[in-house]
Formats: sequence, C-alpha cells, structure tokens
Amino acid sequence: MNRISRRRFLKIAGLGAGAAAVAAGTSGGLRAMARKPAGGETRVVPTFCDICFWKCNAHAHVRDGRLWKITGHPDDPLSRGRLCPRGTGGIGAYFDPDRLRAPLMRHKARGEETWVEVTWDEALGHIAERMQKIKAEHGPEAMALFSHGIGGTFLKHTLKAYGSPNIAAPSFAQCRGPRDVGFELTYGEGIGSPERTDIANARCLVLIGSHLGENMHNTQVQEFADAIAAGAAIIVADPRFSVAASKAQHYLPVKPGSDLALLLAWMNVIVTEGLYDREYVEQHGFGFEHFMAEVATRTPEWAYPETGIAPELIRETARVMACHRPATLVHPGRRTTWYGDDAQRGRAIALLNALLGSWGRKGGFYYPSSMDVPNYPYPPYPESARGKVDNPDHRYPFASETITTGIREATLTGQPYPVKGWLVYATNLIHAIPNEAETIRAIQQLDLMVVVDVIPSEIAGWADVVLPETTYLERYEELNVELFREPFVALRQPVVPAPHDQKPNWWIARELALKLGLGAYYPWTDIEEYLDHRLKGAGSSLAEMKQRGLIKGPPAPLYFADGITPEFATPSGKIEFYSTQLEAAGFDPVPRYQRPEAGPPGSFRLLFGRAPVHSFSRTQSNPILRDAMDENELWVNANVGARLGLASGDYVRLRNQDGVLSNRIKARVTEAIRPECVYMVHGFGHTSRGLRSAYGLGASDAQLITRYATDPLMGGTGANVNFVTIEQGA
Amino acid sequence: MARFGMVIDTRQCVGCMDCVVACKTENDVPDGFCRDWINQRLEGTMPDLRLTITSERCNHCDRPPCVSCCPTGASHVHEFGRIVLVDHEKCIGCKACLASCPYGARFIHPDGYADKCTFCIHRVEKGELPACVAVCPTYAMHFGDLDDPGSELNRLVASRRHFALKPDAGTQPRIFYLE
Amino acid sequence: MLELVTTRDNPMIDPAMHVWGWEIPVYLFLGGWVAGSMVLAGWFMRRGREPGDRCVCDVLPWISLVLISLGMGALFLDLEHKLYVWRMYLTLQPSSPMSWGGWILVLVYPVLALGALRSLPGDWLTSWPALARLAAALREPAATRTLSNASILTGIALGIYTGVLLSSLGARPLWASAALGPLFLVSGLSTGAAFAHVIARNPVEQAALLRADNAFLAVELALIGLFLVGLTTASAVHVNAAALLLGGPYTAVFWVFVVGLGIVLPLAIQTLMASHRIPHTLVAPALVMLGGLALRFVIVSAGQYSHWISP
Repeated sequence: MNRISRRRFLKIAGLGAGAAAVAAGTSGGLRAMARKPAGGETRVVPTFCDICFWKCNAHAHVRDGRLWKITGHPDDPLSRGRLCPRGTGGIGAYFDPDRLRAPLMRHKARGEETWVEVTWDEALGHIAERMQKIKAEHGPEAMALFSHGIGGTFLKHTLKAYGSPNIAAPSFAQCRGPRDVGFELTYGEGIGSPERTDIANARCLVLIGSHLGENMHNTQVQEFADAIAAGAAIIVADPRFSVAASKAQHYLPVKPGSDLALLLAWMNVIVTEGLYDREYVEQHGFGFEHFMAEVATRTPEWAYPETGIAPELIRETARVMACHRPATLVHPGRRTTWYGDDAQRGRAIALLNALLGSWGRKGGFYYPSSMDVPNYPYPPYPESARGKVDNPDHRYPFASETITTGIREATLTGQPYPVKGWLVYATNLIHAIPNEAETIRAIQQLDLMVVVDVIPSEIAGWADVVLPETTYLERYEELNVELFREPFVALRQPVVPAPHDQKPNWWIARELALKLGLGAYYPWTDIEEYLDHRLKGAGSSLAEMKQRGLIKGPPAPLYFADGITPEFATPSGKIEFYSTQLEAAGFDPVPRYQRPEAGPPGSFRLLFGRAPVHSFSRTQSNPILRDAMDENELWVNANVGARLGLASGDYVRLRNQDGVLSNRIKARVTEAIRPECVYMVHGFGHTSRGLRSAYGLGASDAQLITRYATDPLMGGTGANVNFVTIEQGA
Repeated sequence: MARFGMVIDTRQCVGCMDCVVACKTENDVPDGFCRDWINQRLEGTMPDLRLTITSERCNHCDRPPCVSCCPTGASHVHEFGRIVLVDHEKCIGCKACLASCPYGARFIHPDGYADKCTFCIHRVEKGELPACVAVCPTYAMHFGDLDDPGSELNRLVASRRHFALKPDAGTQPRIFYLE
Repeated sequence: MLELVTTRDNPMIDPAMHVWGWEIPVYLFLGGWVAGSMVLAGWFMRRGREPGDRCVCDVLPWISLVLISLGMGALFLDLEHKLYVWRMYLTLQPSSPMSWGGWILVLVYPVLALGALRSLPGDWLTSWPALARLAAALREPAATRTLSNASILTGIALGIYTGVLLSSLGARPLWASAALGPLFLVSGLSTGAAFAHVIARNPVEQAALLRADNAFLAVELALIGLFLVGLTTASAVHVNAAALLLGGPYTAVFWVFVVGLGIVLPLAIQTLMASHRIPHTLVAPALVMLGGLALRFVIVSAGQYSHWISP
C-alpha cells in the first residue's frame, strides 16, 4: 500500500484578508459567542441531541439570551431525562471557535489548497452546474452521497430526485453491518439502532468486546447500570480490561480475534450438556441437528489455545449463561468490523442467543415499534436503470445496505460504471473508512467533491466546495420517528440563531434541488410547513411539538409472551441454526472459526474503541469536551512497557506494517491489556489545520488502518488487522 | 438543621465524566478547571484486576481545614445544610485554603478568588439536586441530609460497605462511597 | 500493581501542589530576619551606653522597616485577589494563623517606628518638636524597657507565627511539626544576628552577636533534628513526606545548602572566629543568611509537594 508522502492541510485559518475580514465583520462572531455567567431569565427549548446518533431528547436552556446548558428531556424514553456527557457538553458545539462559518471553494489543487469564501448562491450554483454536467456525461448514478445521521434525510431526498441510488453511510460496512447481517441470516431481522436489546431486564449479560460505559450510547449504559443494580451476572470477553469488564463477575481476557472460537465453545457446552432451551429450539429452530453436529467438535479444550481462556472457565461461564435463560442476553455489539469474518461472528452470537431462547423474550431481544407519522407526499423518484454501484453482481450476497467502500472502489476503478461526484454529509471519511490513501486516490478521480459539515474535518480539506452547516442547536430537522421499546416522535428546533453564515441541511438540500430544477420534489417552501403537515397527519401540530418536544405513541407488545407472533423472515421461516442460503452461496452454513493472521514479529495488533466524552472524530474541538479529554492514550501492557523501558506519560509514535508513522501519543502502561495488542480511543490525531484546538493532539488510529479484511458475506471492512511497533522518545 | 452530604455508588459508576461536564456548564466553570473529577484506581495483575472509580469533589467536611485557615472568613460553613462555601467578596486569594485541603478540591478562579464545588446550593435551595447528581446516567449519585435518619443516604450507608476519602486526614468528609 | 489515573488537572494543584512561588519564601526570609532583628534590637536596647557609643538598636529598626515593607510587598504580589486585600483588616479569625499574622504585621510597624524614632538625636528633630519630645521620652529607662519588651515579644510573634501557619496546614504532611514555628524563629534570630554582627560598631555587641549567632545555629540544628525525628516516627503519610528530604528529590538541596553550607560550615567558621583562631570574615555570616533563605525555599517547596498519600 502506498503511503501519503506529504500531509495536505486545510488552510482555512491561514487564509489572508478574505477570511479575516469576513470573520471580523460578521455580526456576532466570536465575541458574541463568548460564554459569560449571567443570572436572569431562562428559556427552555426542547430539541434532540446530535452529538452522536442516538438522538436523545433534550432541554436546551438559554439564560439572558446566551446558551447556558443542556439537560435531558424528562419524558424521553431514550435518556430518561439524563443525557450522556457528550450531550451534556453539547453547547460546546455552538461555541466551538474552529467551526465552519461560511461556504468555501478551493481555487488550487485538491487537498493542499487555499480557500475562498463564497456566497451560498455561488457555492450551490457551482455544485448544481457540476452535477448537471455529471448527469449529462455519466448519468445521475455517477453522483454518490455519503451521509451519516438524520441530518442527511433531505440531501438523500434531493439525490434520489436527481436520480442516484448510490447513497451510503459508513455505519453499515465500517460499523454495525456484520452484526445486523449475522442476525438477519439467523432471525430474518437485524438489530437496529437503538439496539433492541432488553439489557435492563437481563439476568445475565454477556459482552464480547463491547465496552459499555466507555462507549456511551445513553440508553445502553443506563440499562447496563440497571442490570448491575439488579445483580445481573455479567460476563465480559475482551483483550482489554474495560470499565464494563470491571463490573463483571467473569472477565475473560480473550486473545484478540479469537472471539468466534469462544462463542463456538460456549455453544458446544450448552448443547452437549443439554442446557439449551429445548422447547424454544424445537418450536422455532431449523437445522438444529446439523448445527449440533458442527459445534460438537468445538470443545473448550479446542478453544483454549485459540482464546487463552481455560476450559473450566469457558464451561463455568456457559453454565452461568444457561442458568439464567431466557433472560440471558449475549450482546450483539455495535462496531463489529474486526477481522473479516465478522458477519459469521455476528451470526454465532445470534445462534448463542437462540440456544438460550432470548430472542423475543424478556431480558433478551424485544420487538420495537414506531408511531405512524405519514410522510410528505412527493412525486415518485426516477428509477435507476443501472442500479447501485457498490456491490456489482452481488459480490457480497448478503449485504443489506449500501457499501461505502464499494462506492469508493467504483470511483477508483470506474467499474461497474464511473462515479464522478461525491457529496459528503456529516461523516469524516478520512477517519471513518479504512485506508485513507485509497479514499484520497478515489477523490482525485472525481469531477466534484462536496462536503457539508459543522467543523473543518479532514474530509472537508479534500473538497472542492465546503458547505458549513448549523449545529443542531440552531436548526430544525426531519422528525425523529423512533423505532424503540416505547415509540415516540420528536422535534428538533432552533434554540439560538446561527452565529455566522451557516445553514441547516434541509435548506441546503432544498436550494440545491431548486438549482437542479427539482422543485417538484420540494413543494413546501419552509421546513415549518413540512413539519406541520406531517405532524398534523399524525394528530399533532408543529405548535404543539415546539412546546412539548416529543409525543409518545401507544405502548405496543414487546415479547412473544405479550402476543408478538414468532415469525422469521428466513428461507425456512424459522430461526436458522443451519443456513441453507449461506451454503448455497458457498459459505459456512454454521460459523467456523479461522485464526486471524498474526502480525510481524515484535509488533502489536492495533485495537481501538470509544471514550464517553467524545463522538468519533467530531467532538475534539468542542471546547467543553476537549477540556474533559484533549488527547487519547496508547494502552500498552505493563510487562511490555517494562521490557521497552516505557512508563506511563512517555510520548511515543507508532509505525504500522506499511511504514505509516503516527503522531505522538501518550503511553498508558497498564496491567489492563493483553501483551500482544495496543489500544487507543478513536478520533484523535487531527491533521486538519482548521481544527486548531485539536490539531496534533493524540494519534489517529484511522491513519494506521491501511489494511482491512473484507467480509465476503456483506462487504464489511474488518479494521483490527493492522500491526504497529512502538517508537520511543517522541 | 440539615447537614448535606452525598453517597456515591462505585459499583454503578462507569467514570463517564457526565458529572464533570454537567457541573462545568451549570456553574460556568472556566476552561482548564474542574470542580469535580473522576479518579480510577486499578489494582492487581491481569486478569485478576479490580477497578474502583470515584467521582470526587469538595467533601464539605465537618472539620473543614479550609475554613479554619482562612484569614478573612471568606471560607465558611453556610448555615443552610452546613455546605462549605467561599464568599468571593471576602476572599483575598492567599491560597492557604488550597494548601490546607488534603483532597486538592480547591482552585483559584481566573477572577482571583478561591473556588470549588458548592453542592450547587443555588439549585438545592430550590429543592433541586446538584447538577452532577441530576445528570448521572447510571444513577450512582445520591444527595441528601445526613442528619435525617430516614434519608436515602443513611439507608445506603447502613446497608452497604462504604468508605470515605482520606479519613485519617481528620477532616470528617461528608461524601461516602459504596463499595 | 497499583495504577492511579485522574481526570483533574487544575492549575497550581496538579500534578503536584504549587500555590506559593518565590514570594512566600522571600517574605518568610525577610520576616524572619526582621523578627530576629527586633528581638536583638530589643535586647541591646537595654544595655547601658556612653555618649557616642553606637548600638545596633539604633540602626536595626530602620533597616527592618525597609525589609518588612519589601516582605509585605512580596506577600501582596502573591495574592490572587489583590483588590480585596483590605478584607484582612476588617476581622480577626482566631483559628487562622494567617489572620493573626496579618495583625502582628500591623503591630510591627509602630514598634519599629518607635525604635527608629528613639534612635534619632534631638538636634535632628528640631523641626518637629513633638517627635523630638517623644524620642527623648523613649530614651528614658522605663520607656526603653517597655519598648524593649514590645520589640522582643513582637519579634518572637513575627518569627514564630509563620511556622505555626505552615504546621497548621495538615494536608501538607511535611509541615506537620510543632518544631516548625520555633525553627523559623531561631532561623530568623540567626539571620538577624549574623547581619547585626556585620553592621555592629560596638566591639562588645559584635562579640556578643557572634556568640549568639553560634548559639542560634546550634539550636537550629537541634530543631531540624527534632523536626525530622518527629516526622519519621509518625504515620506513613508523614514518613513519606520526610523522605523528600531523606533520599527524595529535595535531599541534596536541603543537606548541602540548608544544613551544610547554611548552618554547619558557618557555625564551624564562626566558632573559630569567636575563639580568635581565624580572622573575622564576611563569608560565614553571608552563608548563614543564604542558608536562612534556602531553608525557607526548601521547606515551602517541598512542603507543597508533600501530600496525603493514603486513599
């Protein structure tokens, strides 16, 4: 793999008179944004958070016209009135001094440019012109949209109206795709987000690498706390002693990459000792005999050298799981793109749950519901003759969503057809997708590269046009009609005006559509019109929602016992212990374990994860969250540290197997991680010069992820396959 | 007369820093300073490890050395709830109180006076909980009156093993951590 | 293995406490020097004098006025909320040695002023007859005794309260010693005596001051010994604090500059000087004074660094 030989920097801050004049002259600007304590009138505005994708409902407090604080909406089923630290620090997104202020266009080479501030009209005009050209020369499918979060809704609408089906979020191929596909193959349905996991009622909770408490998806952590308080048995398998592991009665320090072996061994014990839910399996299962035969050889003794977990402990924990069934939840995880066999590992977790009878049962997986809020009537979208570009010939036969890296590959190769334009919304592809060199090479093939973002992210540095979006505190949004344990519909509304020339996504999408001649798809002129129409269709109104923030729907049954019919959208109509469709496609019908490739001698496998005060790479310049954590640390095993003469607090650099050298990162030498791997929190090591407050702090795992293992079932990119050596004295 | 304190459940606490962030926005704590913080204590060797996470702040001690050392009376025990507070208008910034606190709970605010956790007295006076307690997403934090025998605080310390920080420093802290 | 991680990083508190910089040790040194000078001036005020016989008690109050003002200037510079300094003088907080000290410093000025006035001959004050009368009255035996007592007692209070202040801050275990107050007083006495010995014009005073300084240095050494014994036989927290001076990062600077060059060497030289084995030299008194400054710097710095180690 080639390595980037020069850093290309976003020089927004370095631009001379133009930007400075605009910054000084804009009404408000930084001085108006300065936070000062005051003590007068407080106004509370309901909205929902956008720091991550959970969309907790919130109350934003404005005191004397200044944004003061954000608390949880007391009626919110997701947050129960308590936001996570990122949501609590959400006002920092508004006050972020590094945030984008006005539309920018490059006028030199892509990536190493200087920017010119332009008007919205100029920026959108340019984009529309290029998009029309692409449509004329290559067809509308040559335009792709990478979008993450609810804010992408209207841009997707515009792009579909334009005629492109190539819309992807990294959350499938780079995140939760494998577990969703694994569950789809087993139960006919995925897990969704928020996950349909009944953690609060679990009597036994099993976490495979899932680090709840550091990973801060609010409801999951709150329910995890409920389970702890209720005395649930907690089993954690993780090469790192996470906070979640510290809450566990049983901690299994598995060798990285061996989780599937552990799962198979657990299933072996549960089946051979007859501890599974026979009635459930007989009633709902298909292919159990074949499955039994397959796992019969996967004994704890077989798993021991692979996992490093003693057979007695594997047996003991299997029995603990079985003893609490069906209220035993083996958590499916969230980011599961690890080693390339991830969909099969997701399927193994699905199967283990099936053995325990937890799907559709209390303490396992419930059936979520949503309210019926009618959509706005639009003309039908044009049909695409060529179809999506990301998965030609269904190379990845079980991919149920669009594959981001597939679009990238098509952009690079021009096969099955060329992709000539990218529109990127709220996803920092440089940090989100493995092998940034490929991403950059793909971008260089484009005729048009547009990034819509709130902060000058690394991906924005590669754009032709950067469009500054308002933060969630300054805008309306598409309604959140949530699919959850308790259904509800929620409104996001402006709390404070945008401080500079930022615009909301709906406005950008609509203006772009108008310039593309797609006005027919935007019959409403203002978002309030759109929202009121939909809400009135659901028996409410915008006026009511602006005051209440959210409205809950009628409670619906959650479990089979409540009346949910056990139906499974699989070929057999049952829970597939043996998957004939996998077999037909040439894959293992029951998951099989393969040891992942080892790294070069003397190197460490690079693992990464989450911190509770940050979201991906999008919060490091939020002044409040940066104050809580401004750099990540490299977890290194204590014995390894002793051998290298490394102490906590020493700064090091990492060099990966392809020679890529990281930024300096502080070492944390600890007992709490296995010796063959190192770990860091994702999202740091920013190289975008526009992110002045975060620039150069910590190291970027994404930069070191130059290799990935593609899951043959669904195209997921396993990222835990890079190895690093440690260079001291940084 | 009330005597406010806290009970914090280390079993529930995941060290997420929500308490730190909530305090920061509620009280406009300046950048680079914090009134509360998270400490993690890891003992043992892999895999037999034990992690104790504590959310810490001023302990509003019953024998507060920061009050006795203050030359102007700025640092004082407030009548309401026996909360330890600093009168900004009396503080000269001599920093004796910073040096006197075994917990390092105080700091000098950029405006010049000694500052620390106030148990969010402005909220408690209105019947609300301190911001850190109100936000905690794992329900680890409890606030109440230690002098009320029926309070949740007393029920918790009576029923579970607990500890206070640096009890041998002689300050009689009023925050208790459940094991 | 024990691993401790904190998210706190407050200025002046983390990673180790350092709230007081050079201002406080400089004040402590100047205050101690003035305290010693006041005790010595008070002492020598009482001896009989011939006309033309010069006494350190005539010069020391003037110098002390300058020194204590510089010291108070340093204290003022240390304050973080300077505009509110007057709050110190609206109250006396009985539990606060700093409050006591604030008022002691207020008392120091009139005592020094009276001592300074007393030294002025009548013909210097012809333009201010009231002051001339007061100066003359102060030279009367009864008034002299009163002023002498005041000077000695105020000097002792000034010299001892700072050590009491530090030792009352239990959170800094290095300072948890009842010997600290007396140590600072005796160090101030030895600094004052060393300086007074150099400027004394009366040979009797000179000799007495030299012997006094040696006595003070010897007592200082003993107090340092007691200070360390007390800490190393107390709790783990205090043993850990004392280790800063007994093998830890402050060991070299303490034993070389404070004890070796600041006490032992000058004591040896001055003992030889006192028995006339070697000629008088300024080196010894200079070492004594620098040693006194070093003592303050080391104690203030190491003390802040020490902390309550138990969880």
